[in-house]
Amino acid sequence: MLSKVGTRLMQGDEACAEGAIAAGLRFFAGYPITPSTEIAEELALVLPKVGGKFMQMEDEIASISAIIGASLAGAKSMTATSGPGFSLKQEGIGFAAYTEVPCVIVNVQRVGPSTGVPTAPAQGDVMQARWGTHGDHPIVVLCPSSVAETFTLIVEAFNISERWRIPVIFLMDEIIAHMREKVVVPDASEIKLVERPRPKVPPDAYLPYAAGEDLVPPMADFGSGYRYHVTGLTHDETGFPTTKGSEVDALTRRLDAKMRKAAPHVTFVDEFMVDDADVAVFAYGVTARAAMRAVRDARAQGLKAGLIKAKTLWPFPEGHVRRVAERARAIVVPEMNMGQLVLEVERASAGRARVLGLSRVDSEPITPDEILATLQEV
Amino acid sequence: MSGAMAMPVTHYLRTSKMPHIWCAGCGHGIVLGAVLRAIDANGLDKDQVCVVSGIGCASRAPGYLDFNTLHTTHGRAIAFATGIKMVKPELKVIVLTGDGDAAAIGGNHLIHAARRNIGITTICFNNSIYGMTNGQYSPMTPTGSLASTAPYGNIEEPFDLCELVYAAGASYVARGTAYHALLLSKLIAKAIATDGFSFVEAITQCPTYYGRRNNMKSAVEMLKWQKEHAVPVAAAAKLSPDELACKFKIGELGARARPEYTQRYAALIRAAQDEGVEKDA
Repeated sequence: MLSKVGTRLMQGDEACAEGAIAAGLRFFAGYPITPSTEIAEELALVLPKVGGKFMQMEDEIASISAIIGASLAGAKSMTATSGPGFSLKQEGIGFAAYTEVPCVIVNVQRVGPSTGVPTAPAQGDVMQARWGTHGDHPIVVLCPSSVAETFTLIVEAFNISERWRIPVIFLMDEIIAHMREKVVVPDASEIKLVERPRPKVPPDAYLPYAAGEDLVPPMADFGSGYRYHVTGLTHDETGFPTTKGSEVDALTRRLDAKMRKAAPHVTFVDEFMVDDADVAVFAYGVTARAAMRAVRDARAQGLKAGLIKAKTLWPFPEGHVRRVAERARAIVVPEMNMGQLVLEVERASAGRARVLGLSRVDSEPITPDEILATLQEV
Repeated sequence: MSGAMAMPVTHYLRTSKMPHIWCAGCGHGIVLGAVLRAIDANGLDKDQVCVVSGIGCASRAPGYLDFNTLHTTHGRAIAFATGIKMVKPELKVIVLTGDGDAAAIGGNHLIHAARRNIGITTICFNNSIYGMTNGQYSPMTPTGSLASTAPYGNIEEPFDLCELVYAAGASYVARGTAYHALLLSKLIAKAIATDGFSFVEAITQCPTYYGRRNNMKSAVEMLKWQKEHAVPVAAAAKLSPDELACKFKIGELGARARPEYTQRYAALIRAAQDEGVEKDA
């Protein structure tokens, strides 16, 4: 194990890099962009020491393309970027989702659109993380709200991507990326690692896109004796292109069903004091920290408040919202955007609870007092 | 390279995936045959060859080949190939690409792979046109040619791709044509045997979308054009620039030993790990 085990003071980007290596990352390709650059810098330093490889590519698209190639050759792979770079990576994300190549894409959110405020935090890429690339596709989006959580959640990102052969977006924000906090780095033996399913049949019997009950086809490494074809064109179970309606339909539906099957295994939500809550907050990322404080302050004032802290944003944890909405009269959704996941909370609560968005888009974090004031109003 | 193949071409083909999508008269089959003969001449094990492509007519070739094959997004084949080569340097990684794929949307990846001199062989099927989308001009379309998006004649100058790639740092650069198929195969064989980044531009004909718009209605006419306009490097050395105008050089255009990227990276890893040992000691 490379990381120094034990209690350490770490930066969010650093925890992301070290957690990724602990998860088995061995190939990283990236392009410098604030506020994710420290991830690349850390990996440039550390990856070679564990026999892994770091590459600074000529652009963002080359970076995502290279990590998909690396993953096809058998390595756990990752890239990291921010806003404008995330837009550029959408092409590759779609390819990885469609060809079911495991990989992790870190997007440290900053103020956008376009170049925006490069060094300031935002949460404006939540919908893009789900739907940024064209076409129906499965995707998992995880979002940490502390440096310690960054370390543990990036390990989950790799495990999910390997287990389900779905690209995982690791959606950080500038505050979590740049802040320094205590992290208890576990010993390697305590970190559970997952490998992609590999074929158990001989090469001549291998159908690269035929899935069993779990809907995840086994994946052979390039150069391992399984000579197969991978294409971004719509493909049948053999991996070769098809335009036949029934086969196009079958692939889209299997990928959708795979995502649904994976959902309970990839949904991480922390709930605080929601069981008797009359009012609740749904929050994620840096905003969840202010929300926690607001809920505690509300309780201290006699208001029965609770918090749903989503660590998985997609698939959207609708069951958690629905359960809380059954009791609570209102759910407040503070976001550093003009209202993105609030729409999902509305959908999941389906009229059971009143849903209120709370937007802040001046590049400053939402404060506990702002959330508390809203809780007191509803 | 001897003319005879150790294995028939079909040994390297997924014949069950035929017929291919290429039009009658298209030169891509000739170029692909040259690639397979070159692979054969190098005696490569099929499991150890990885063929990567982007988007376009040429990029459909890997689907017909019995190797590890990857058909990627437009222009990005070399970037995907870079990831594969980095993880498995022992693989022979070959990129098959077209002139639009390599010189337009993928131009940046092409020059940077050459600059790094990573051990990837790139074969550019240059038919001077976007065939898959029915005949738009590419960065390799000759000035004055007609195309569906150049109805008044192309006013842009094409790249000299070989000069570009060599200037960027590749170890090996050559140009051949579908007409000179045996020479082409020889050049590709040498490219594959090269340690660093190697690049072969294969001039090929698209009678459907280039020829018929530009007074060359048949594949035969286009092949004749290749024959008449290609000048072997040795012969070109004796000609004046005026005599060479409107002609192009074929043969080996550049070969040099430069450190290969994955080998450099292996050395970097050894250095980084040794440093760690010293610090711990």
